[in-house]
Amino acid sequence: MSVPQDLQYTKTHEWVRIEDDVATIGITDHAQEELGDVVFVELPEGGTSFEAGDSFGAVESVKAVSDLYAPVGGEVVEVNSALEDAPEKINEDPYGGGWILKLRVSGEGDLLSAADYEKLLEEEE
Amino acid sequence: MARNSLRRTPLYEEHKAAGARLVDFAGWEMPVQYAGIKAEHEAVRTRAGLFDVSHMGEVVFSGPDVEAAVQRLVTRDVSRLETGQAGYAALCYEDGGTVDDVLVYRRPDDFLIVVNASNRDKDVDHFRENVSGLDVGLADESDDWALLALQGPDAVEILQNLTDADLSGLKYYRFVEGEVDGVPATISRTGYTGEDGFEVFVRPGDAAALWRKLLDSGADPVGLGARDTLRLEAGMCLYGNELDAETTPLDAGIGFAVHLDKEPPFIGQGALLLEDAEGLKKKLVGFEVEGRGIARHGHTVTDGAQIVGQVTSGTHSPTLGRAIGLALVEPEVQDRFTVVIRDRPVPTKTVPLPFYKRDRK
Repeated sequence: MSVPQDLQYTKTHEWVRIEDDVATIGITDHAQEELGDVVFVELPEGGTSFEAGDSFGAVESVKAVSDLYAPVGGEVVEVNSALEDAPEKINEDPYGGGWILKLRVSGEGDLLSAADYEKLLEEEE
Repeated sequence: MARNSLRRTPLYEEHKAAGARLVDFAGWEMPVQYAGIKAEHEAVRTRAGLFDVSHMGEVVFSGPDVEAAVQRLVTRDVSRLETGQAGYAALCYEDGGTVDDVLVYRRPDDFLIVVNASNRDKDVDHFRENVSGLDVGLADESDDWALLALQGPDAVEILQNLTDADLSGLKYYRFVEGEVDGVPATISRTGYTGEDGFEVFVRPGDAAALWRKLLDSGADPVGLGARDTLRLEAGMCLYGNELDAETTPLDAGIGFAVHLDKEPPFIGQGALLLEDAEGLKKKLVGFEVEGRGIARHGHTVTDGAQIVGQVTSGTHSPTLGRAIGLALVEPEVQDRFTVVIRDRPVPTKTVPLPFYKRDRK
């Protein structure tokens, strides 16, 4: 299970990369593995604002629906519209082409380091 | 339910070895997927897939009044079944609500009824309560059988290489006793996928070797996840979704398995005759989602203003690449309605069932 060391994580299995004041967000390798084949991603509109912990959308596999939660607070500056036609990118490249959205950060969230997230995964085993 | 109290089929170790993800299904620890639902689904549509359905129940009826007993219990007229023929049927309550949907096998000296795992205990109680006054023996043999389903266009060739039984001469919904890979088996040309294929009953001790043999012969292992997408594309009902105690077989569109002219009647026949005369209380429709999103079991159906039904099953169809579903709706509902997907109204249109029909050779 891949857990890149340069990212931060949430207990709900999102990852976040914060560069300047923009946070890029996706779901972790573990999350995509648990979901199985992703077939639909519900994305928010640009300009929408979320508090840390708010549900901002959902990822659906053939079998299940999983809510997405904002790791930090902020306003949507970009969504990965490529996922509309190719949601399988989330399975194939969860930390790269499978990114989901970018927020302009305005609020802190309860984030885990890569080491802490790995610990969480071990506990969930 | 605690994990250690889950029941396991004779193929449990095979599933673990094949890398299955195991889940609790009706109290059984069952494989939901191996390689992935989409890949497994495609294997069944284009080649051959192998399912462990040993959790299903087998109840055998025998004795002088056996036909009268089965006639009383199931909606199909089993006097029309020939020996060696199977028929899909429902079990009903007196009010017409559905106890279960089953396959009835007419064997030379007795009847075998295959029931859903989730309904096994309820069905056996229902059977025992409703055969009074008849000289019939009833045996729950569910633990004495493993059941493997081999489904897909390559199924006949794979299985024929392992048996002397003439499979090309075995018609749909017919079964034969024989040997498969040297072990005694009942081979039934039935399934729950919309493809050609077989269901093979073997003794529990013979199941693992046969499972491995069928995988070595080219079948892919397929879990309950793809079993559900396959049956939904084929427009087949799942008890607990399309069928339940509040839904009659007529509502759920399986009137083809109901013989309302049966004499003497089956349990619930009076109620179904009345519903047939007065008009259905609800009807099952197939639909495609026209907007974005995937309809799921339990989502509300509206006509834009009023609630007019509920989604009974919904998924992303791997074959069609679209979101499809089944819904029980008021009889007046026409070809367009709205499904509320996660608080969002999404337009849908009804389509004829099944969603998928294989090309017959």
